[in-house]
Amino acid sequence: MMTKMVLRRIAIGVATLVVVSVIVFVMTSILPGDVAQIILGQSATPETLAALRIELGMDKPGYIRYFQWLGNMATGDLGISKAGGATIESLISGRLGNTMVMSGLVAVISIPISIVLGLWAAMHPGALLDRAVTFGTLSLISVPEFFIATILVLILAVELHWLPSTAYLTGDETFAELLKALAMPLITLVIVVSAQMIRMTRAGILNVMSSPYIEMAILKGVPRRRIILRHAFFNAIGPIVNVIALNLAYLVSGVVVVETIFSYPGLAKLMIDGVQTRDLPLVQACAMIFCGAYVILILMADIASIMSNPRLRNPK
Amino acid sequence: MIFPQKLAVVLHLRWYKTMQREKLVEVKDLKIHAKNDDGDIIPIVKGVSFDIHKGEVVALIGESGSGKTTISLAALSYTKPGLFFAGGELLIDGEDMLQAEPLRTREIRGAKVAYLAQSAAATFNPAITIGEQVTESAVLHGILSQSEANKRATELYHALELPDPDRIGFRYPHQVSGGQLQRLMAAMALCGKPDLMVLDEPTTALDVTTQIEVLKAFKKVIQDENSAAIYVTHDLAVVAQIADYIIVLYGGEVMEQGTAAEIINNPSHVYTQRLMAAVRPKPQAGLGSSVADEHEREIPAVKATDITAGYGGIIDGEPKIPILRDINVSVKNGHVVGVIGESGCGKSTLARVMAGLLPQSRGTIELDNEELEGDLRNRNLEQLQKIQFVFQMADTALNPKQVIGDIIGRPLEFYHGLKGNARHAKVVEILEMVELPAEFASRYPMELSGGQKQRINMARSLAANPEVMLCDEVTSALDSIVGANVIKLLTTLRDKTGVSFVFISHDLSTVASFADEIVVLYAGRVVEQGPTDDVLTPPYHPYTRLLISSVPELRIGWLEDTMQKREMAVGIAKDVEITSVGCPFFNRCPMGIEGTCEKQTPPVHKTDTDHQIACHRSIEELNMVEFEVQEALEHKKADEAIV
Repeated sequence: MMTKMVLRRIAIGVATLVVVSVIVFVMTSILPGDVAQIILGQSATPETLAALRIELGMDKPGYIRYFQWLGNMATGDLGISKAGGATIESLISGRLGNTMVMSGLVAVISIPISIVLGLWAAMHPGALLDRAVTFGTLSLISVPEFFIATILVLILAVELHWLPSTAYLTGDETFAELLKALAMPLITLVIVVSAQMIRMTRAGILNVMSSPYIEMAILKGVPRRRIILRHAFFNAIGPIVNVIALNLAYLVSGVVVVETIFSYPGLAKLMIDGVQTRDLPLVQACAMIFCGAYVILILMADIASIMSNPRLRNPK
Repeated sequence: MIFPQKLAVVLHLRWYKTMQREKLVEVKDLKIHAKNDDGDIIPIVKGVSFDIHKGEVVALIGESGSGKTTISLAALSYTKPGLFFAGGELLIDGEDMLQAEPLRTREIRGAKVAYLAQSAAATFNPAITIGEQVTESAVLHGILSQSEANKRATELYHALELPDPDRIGFRYPHQVSGGQLQRLMAAMALCGKPDLMVLDEPTTALDVTTQIEVLKAFKKVIQDENSAAIYVTHDLAVVAQIADYIIVLYGGEVMEQGTAAEIINNPSHVYTQRLMAAVRPKPQAGLGSSVADEHEREIPAVKATDITAGYGGIIDGEPKIPILRDINVSVKNGHVVGVIGESGCGKSTLARVMAGLLPQSRGTIELDNEELEGDLRNRNLEQLQKIQFVFQMADTALNPKQVIGDIIGRPLEFYHGLKGNARHAKVVEILEMVELPAEFASRYPMELSGGQKQRINMARSLAANPEVMLCDEVTSALDSIVGANVIKLLTTLRDKTGVSFVFISHDLSTVASFADEIVVLYAGRVVEQGPTDDVLTPPYHPYTRLLISSVPELRIGWLEDTMQKREMAVGIAKDVEITSVGCPFFNRCPMGIEGTCEKQTPPVHKTDTDHQIACHRSIEELNMVEFEVQEALEHKKADEAIV
């Protein structure tokens, strides 16, 4: 039964990707603007424009271009940038690496912090620490990330001169330099994603804490720490994992603002540039990568919550 | 007046008995109060005193709100949220539980005093194996090492007659049945060898056949372990089987206490007598009502023909997970039809099919001789109005944000277009019918008691002016006295309005006390149906016989007597198997015919009335009295031996 459910999830994930690819393709196709015009500039003659359009394959019907694009995409050929003529692969690879480093570091820092703080708050509901955590996370969720980033720049860079205000990478930093360069966007993102994960961990645990089997554990003389860690946590994993996955997916795609503020050369920033130059293949490739990241992360969360459910793991 | 000499003898005997056994628990003037949201203090337990000696089972008996659970939890130095200890002492081996420090309470719980809850299904953690949960407390308290605890747990599984005792500990709670979980909880409580066990309504949520098996196992381990126990229940018949000493509680005060024999055979307090009266008599002929003729009509109100229904996709009229199979039931006008069977037998599914909530995969439902669509969305307003559903839990069925007037007024408006004053007048009239005052119209469900809410629940259905009301376990969550009143109301309504009732219950005694007809369901099939008196007298279907034998009697020693019976030896502690061929009861049947029953669908015998039994055995064989059944069994055994 579990294998069946996991396979079904994977199938749904693939189907989602296909649907999204159609949407991405159609949406970028109807975006206003003409790449040929942009490449050749205002002085181009109609003849050269037409020739370039044929060269770019823009004269063929939409569905053929879609399948060509999808096929190329699936085989790893992301196409050639319409602005500049470089392969999209070469444009993306460095940026993707940067984004992965950033999201990876944020995940490694924020997930343990969130779970520990969430559990801690749940262990002492109503205590000072719990109230501080609840109030703090709520405030942080309600504040937009550019505001947090700006405040951090103001304090850490402008006032204290501890950290650089931009995170521009040259590519040959030592690890220490890299960490220092990344520190500001890292802190900002950790704060933004942790707040939600802490709240969800706390809420998930407290929700389970009102179950009869928790009262039973109390009446068996089980210490509160063990009640939370052994009895409650495993029953709360499902929702917690889902929130973690959503936040990580957000990291991959939704950090445009943070990347812009700190001039960090990530994927999201590349996509914005692509939109500005009407570089449709680039925009499509980025969109598909973001969507793929979402689908994979949500899929992993779904599989994790299926695995954590003893009813599915051990059928009758 | 008692003669002084006699009194002296009585006192002496009491003293002698007490001295024989060491005192374990002393409760002195225990007071527990609640604080509500407004800060008012409400006394819940108002000065209760009693003793428990080693190896003694003391029953706390009373209705909900009597404080019985609250008192028993105090032995674990625990109060439900919102309650607090207000005075008195609860000494265990001389140590006051009410004064114990948090660290000390943790040492006491699970080690010295163990707790068994009402619903094992909810109290076992779904994510942890049974074995770990059973041994956890003993290991945490350092009473046993993990391997010793595992060994002891396995011994307990054997003692509790659990299936596959050597490996059941590796399973998860959802992998065993409800009755088994209840027994596993006893193993969990006993693993740390506690001095005192607190059993909180441990059999209330179970079917009669499961209850008897669990009771038997409890009684055996309590005797074997020589542990003392507090047994909390509202069911006197159960108490009579297991308790040495009974304390009758009402409103947080002790009404009467004495040995089980004293209380059962000679109750002196009025309240105890009322409790005894509310114990439903053994299901037997002559208790059901005879139908009032004035509402009699030729055609049945609702008729289900050859119904097969279930869940999942339907292929060729066969659902993926079949629940009901080939059901034929007809509900005559103004009749109460009791549908009886164990949990999972398809009782509720039958009601859902009639109501159109679950379209059948095969067969037809007729209302007044007119075929109904399977799906309620395709039924017209009049058809919807004529069949009304009353759900089990009034708490969840009534919208907490609506006043009673709106809850009852809604069907009046929807079906009958009543508005304003006309609607209000009708609401008052309906409230009167369910014997509630008119002021209730402006109250919220929260302000009402459980019994009152159930009346409103019925009033809501009644407001539609239906022909048939489908009542799904409407008295199961109520105390015996409150439940009895709801039943009385139901029969009054039937007599006044001529509404038919389909009354679904797992409790044969309740159904037997007022139904006109009984339908016995087993594993999704009708095994027997007919007028109440016919169903409750021989010839019985073997399953009906098992059900009747399993209903506890208010008599000390009943449990032991019953366990001697053959049908018990064969039918108890076995799982229900849903089969697509043959008779599903075969694996629990004392009269099963090997080679026939499990392979062929049983024929339906009809006696002269509407009474029907689906069984391979002939009416004569089913008519046999107890010892003859046993004889037949001996033959069967001998035959098997030869084969």
